[in-house]
Amino acid sequence: MLLHMDKDHNRFRQIIKGKIKENLRKYISNGEMIGRKGRDLISIPLPQIDLPRFRFGDNGRGGAGQGDGEPGTPLGGDDGEGGVGSAGNEPGHHLREVELTLEELAEILGEELALPNIEPRGKKEIVTEKDRYTGISRVGPESLRHFKRTFREALKRQIITGQFNFERPQIVPIREDFRYRSWKTTTLPQSNAVIIYMMDVSGSMWDEQKQIVRLETFWIDTWLHYQYKGLITRYIIHDAQAGEVDRDTFFSVRENGGTVISTAYELCHHIIEQDYPPDEWNIYAFHFSDGDNWSREDNRLCADILENQILPKVNMFGYGQVESTYGSGEFIDFLDENLSHHENLILSYIPDKESIYDSIKEFLGKGK
Amino acid sequence: MKAATQKDIAEVQPIIEGYAREYGLDFFPVVFELIDYDTMSQLAAYGGFPVRYPHWRFGMEYDQLSKGYRYGLQKIYEMVINTNPCYAYLMQSNPLVDQKLVIAHVYAHCDFFKNNFYFSHTNRKMIDEMANHASRIRRYIDLYGLETVENFIDVCLSLENLIDYHAPYIKREADESLTGSSSEPRTIKKLKSKKYMERYINPPEFIESQLKEIQQQQEKQRAFPANPTRDVLLFLMENAPLENWQHDVLGIIREEAYYFAPQGMTKIMNEGWATYWHSTIMTQKLLKPSEVIDYAEHHSGTIASHPGRINPYRIGVMLFKDIEERWNKGKFGKEYEECSDFKEKRNWDKKLGLGREKIFEVRRFYNDVTFIDTFLTEEFCRDNKLFSFAYNDNSKRYEIESREFQQIKKRFLQSLTNMGQPIIEVVDANFQNRAELLLKHLFEETELDKNYSTETLRNLHSIWKRPVHIQTVMEGREVILTYDGDEIRQQWIGDN
Repeated sequence: MLLHMDKDHNRFRQIIKGKIKENLRKYISNGEMIGRKGRDLISIPLPQIDLPRFRFGDNGRGGAGQGDGEPGTPLGGDDGEGGVGSAGNEPGHHLREVELTLEELAEILGEELALPNIEPRGKKEIVTEKDRYTGISRVGPESLRHFKRTFREALKRQIITGQFNFERPQIVPIREDFRYRSWKTTTLPQSNAVIIYMMDVSGSMWDEQKQIVRLETFWIDTWLHYQYKGLITRYIIHDAQAGEVDRDTFFSVRENGGTVISTAYELCHHIIEQDYPPDEWNIYAFHFSDGDNWSREDNRLCADILENQILPKVNMFGYGQVESTYGSGEFIDFLDENLSHHENLILSYIPDKESIYDSIKEFLGKGK
Repeated sequence: MKAATQKDIAEVQPIIEGYAREYGLDFFPVVFELIDYDTMSQLAAYGGFPVRYPHWRFGMEYDQLSKGYRYGLQKIYEMVINTNPCYAYLMQSNPLVDQKLVIAHVYAHCDFFKNNFYFSHTNRKMIDEMANHASRIRRYIDLYGLETVENFIDVCLSLENLIDYHAPYIKREADESLTGSSSEPRTIKKLKSKKYMERYINPPEFIESQLKEIQQQQEKQRAFPANPTRDVLLFLMENAPLENWQHDVLGIIREEAYYFAPQGMTKIMNEGWATYWHSTIMTQKLLKPSEVIDYAEHHSGTIASHPGRINPYRIGVMLFKDIEERWNKGKFGKEYEECSDFKEKRNWDKKLGLGREKIFEVRRFYNDVTFIDTFLTEEFCRDNKLFSFAYNDNSKRYEIESREFQQIKKRFLQSLTNMGQPIIEVVDANFQNRAELLLKHLFEETELDKNYSTETLRNLHSIWKRPVHIQTVMEGREVILTYDGDEIRQQWIGDN
């Protein structure tokens, strides 16, 4: 069968990338890059162009559904696609959102952004143990019961013993038929990696800016986790002084006060010195700020710490600058002027959520 | 498991066809083809037709389908095209037990296409017609450029749902050339009377009211269109200032929309019917003991209920089975309905055995709306845990609304009516006596999405070339949205 999908597909890709047909740009749905995150699954919207039509909004809309729940229980998924009304002309299943494991997500991320795989630089490889489900056993916990094998055993037994009735094929497994998945422990070589995140939490970083940082670190995390099994993350927040915190605090804390970036860099350096000898570790450091540093002297101090202490030790140092509430962030320009000859320093300006995509590409596109 | 080969398929296909005929299914000849997943994704993106006109949205569909498959999220098992002969595409990688199920499923779909009333007007040579459309549009692209033609198609697609889904089955208005109502001016009807009796036999008020009626009639004839029309696309084809090629493209989009409409109107029934038959044929005739588990796994996947959602396969097959049981046991009619003893109703069995006959009748005459309207029962809703849901304006989310039968049925029908699309008519093409186009949304309960509406108005304007309006309800009040080529305006009705 000869189909000519290539052309139509290319054309769609080009529209999505904004190369042609600017007039459709406003109908492209980007959506939030992180959807809901139930258990280990995550949903990401696929790029889509939604041509406008006269269609129903939410007000007064409803439909029928099936399942448990009391009146008032929210429906799964926050769009109104639960009803049958959305059944279109298309054959098969029309999907807008896909649910993925983090690993699959990273794979897609790599594919979509054309990210190169990272060449780990760890000279020493550490060996870890990993369990893999490879076999079947006769004993095991109920949660690992292999449904199909169990029934197959039961069927075998019933046929052998002549209990199986071809007219009424009923299969009832008994204790001896039960089969369970079993695992083997294998060893995996592993290279060590640590990410140190630093965030400016001074009074000028508003929730919106933090949201951008949260999204961006999520994606960086996902990618690096995919590249290194057993990745360690450390979090530093700073205003006029820096401190190490846990993940939740990192994203939720709201401080006030000024911004002295060098404090964070000093702490970062200290952590590396203490825990992560660079010949054994792949080290990544990311710093997010609105670039509104306290003073020029401190800018120079930062440059000094970076150049002499941090940059020689890390695979990469990423600095992401979000929009400053006061419109005066200049730190990124300062770094650009003074340190841009260092290949492992990557600067990225992230004015809004839409730019996160490009920013990730800037940070991770070099495969370091 | 090993994938089934062409040879395997060739062996089982006549056997399954035989069983299907034995059960009374009646279908066009079916041509089966085994294809790989990429071809399947491409075909599905083209709506099942190998030759379609060039357009990016097919690329978008393909993008989503092929990614969905590659990431292991979904799989298309089969695709059947409503044509004569009927083409059915099977996924190459499937093992034989899956293919058997799918082949049985296909025969039932094909029976539905052939016999269901709502498909009766569809063009069974649509493959040729689609190819014909494609070559016409390609010619326009050669003449006027890809971007120009594609942009116009985008506009047409944006209005694609403004057709009259029931037009193929009914006659909405009397043909005027036959009744001659437009040519003959109506006169005041008077009864014969002596002059001195005139005031009593033909009282002045009566004459007055007749006069008024005639005037109204004449005004209506001056109105254009004389009666509101739901086939907005046809109205635009006949009345908008279009170039010849644009006229043709709009016609193509409209024709294809009418071709696909019955599939949307019978989604629940069609899938239910096919599922009913694949499970019947598989379990009663085809299944080998070694295949039972794989069959059960596949089948339960098909009819799995996703929390909160209606799975058309599941609800369809359950309703068909319910109808079959009710007509077998005589659970219908006045006597049954009026019985108030719960226990007696549960155990009701008149041993009529009319079930099979009834479901064949249902598959011929019903669509999803009439199917649910006629056969959804309170017992069924309770047994299948159905509920109604609605948007809660306070919490800004969709919530379970009720488990009351009437409310469930109402919401269910609401979501199916007009294929879940708002009903919109052309009411006046000479609005404000300035050749402006006025559409009216027949408001029931659900408001239009405002952003989508204004963007659609822009597209409508690019065809009509004069200001366009739509009358609807927003925030509970009547409003007219207008696009005059410059800006969007809204005017509340009753405010001045």
